[in-house]
Amino acid sequence: MYDFAYHRPGSLEEAERLLSGASDGALVAGGMTLIPALKQRLASPSDVIDLGGIAGLSGISEAGSTIVVGALTPHAAVASDAVVTARFPALAALAAEIGDPQVRNRGTLGGSIANNDPAADYPAAVLGLGATVRTNRREIAADDFFTGMFETALEDGEIVTAVSFPVPEKAGYAKFPNPASRYAVVGVLVSRGPAGTRVAVTGAGPCVFRSAEMEQALAGDFTAAALDAVTVAAEGLNSDIHASADYRAHLVGVMAKRAVAACG
Amino acid sequence: MLAVSMTVNGRKVSREVEGRTLLVEFLREHLGLTGTHVGCDTSQCGACVVHVDGASAKACTLLAAQAEGTEVTTIEGLAKNGELHPVQAAFKEHHGLQCGFCTPGMVMSAVDLLKRNPDPSETEVREWLEGNLCRCTGYHNIVKAIRAAARAMAG
Ligand SMILES: Cc1cc2nc3c(=O)[nH]c(=O)nc-3n(C[C@H](O)[C@H](O)[C@H](O)COP(=O)(O)OP(=O)(O)OC[C@H]3O[C@@H](n4cnc5c(N)ncnc54)[C@H](O)[C@@H]3O)c2cc1C
Ligand code: FES
Ligand code: FES
Repeated sequence: MYDFAYHRPGSLEEAERLLSGASDGALVAGGMTLIPALKQRLASPSDVIDLGGIAGLSGISEAGSTIVVGALTPHAAVASDAVVTARFPALAALAAEIGDPQVRNRGTLGGSIANNDPAADYPAAVLGLGATVRTNRREIAADDFFTGMFETALEDGEIVTAVSFPVPEKAGYAKFPNPASRYAVVGVLVSRGPAGTRVAVTGAGPCVFRSAEMEQALAGDFTAAALDAVTVAAEGLNSDIHASADYRAHLVGVMAKRAVAACG
Repeated sequence: MLAVSMTVNGRKVSREVEGRTLLVEFLREHLGLTGTHVGCDTSQCGACVVHVDGASAKACTLLAAQAEGTEVTTIEGLAKNGELHPVQAAFKEHHGLQCGFCTPGMVMSAVDLLKRNPDPSETEVREWLEGNLCRCTGYHNIVKAIRAAARAMAG
């Protein structure tokens, strides 16, 4: 790891200023992705700006029919939060299955979606629930946020502050975890609620995506059996040492059915 | 260089470190607390687990500067007045270690589990240890030790 100048701003404004003043600045939240990347020299920023000292970026609040999760809220806090477990058990269950306990104690929602790893879990929740990403500058609809492999709509200097999730009538998540890392070989989140009937798939392709065919099938009949008629094409899906595209396509169908069943 | 201060095993410490100094380097090299091990250095094995403000964390994936102002507990901070912590005592009693390399991280991880769940089932213990790898024991006696510690701590 190359050395860098470390900063711990006390406000978003100061973080923005530091970021725009740095020749190559990087934000750090939980560090569960950034620090391994620094060690491998995949990233070598001049300045690392720690969001951990900014008050108000962590925590969960209920605002009518939405639940707002601060960008710095660690996965473990989402998994055990009383409001989330009561009103939105699928989100708590998803957070509880990320990595291992130590990763969940440090890793954050904001870091996970800003990074947009093709096999990460939270992108499926944000897209599959039609959530809204809040930044220091604007609000971004989930459908516009995830733009490609490790790519998002975030601009230079933009900082995720929170994600607002509409509370669904029904939601379920099922993943086939990589046995070593627990990242999703395939993960599917299904939901029905204020954002319509949505199916978001992570792990299978280069970026999280919605399945229009499955959404149509479930819109008429929200049961696992309704998905029998849908075949998932392997074209465009990932093939790697963990799974072939064909196998991933098969898993998308299986995980989608399990996710519907998990809605209870 | 920047100055970082934190409380480690109840003692206030301050040192000058580089931005890139990891918490595990801070503990081992700056403070001489070599009980916290480095196994993989890639956030996988859990040999480096310590508690930061009471929650278990991988000290190889945390900058020392990120721990500014926190309370850190390492394996050296568990025994009280020369008496092993019940989890340490149970690992000894139930042969929860062979080479011992993974043990500090296993014990710190287990202590965090028992704080959250004082009576975990075997499955819950195994799930919790997802981030702690052991190359020797096959985990069986580790799980046994943790459940025995839970009973001992319940009194
Ligand atoms: C062993 C291991 C297993 C894991 N398993 C899983 C898994 O099963 N599923 C899964 O989904 N994830 C998994 N992860 C990833 C983990 O969940 C973290 O959430 C993820 O690494 C990113 O969160 P972070 O807070 O650590 O971000 P950081 O590492 O701090 O940052 C990641 C990136 O996001 C940027 N960033 C951070 N916060 C913000 C913000 N608020 N606004 C804008 N940009 C920001 C940073 O600049 C950086 O580029 C695993 C990680 C490890 C180490
Ligand atoms: S040394 Fe930190 S997880 Fe292996
Ligand atoms: S006892 Fe040797 S690695 Fe666990």
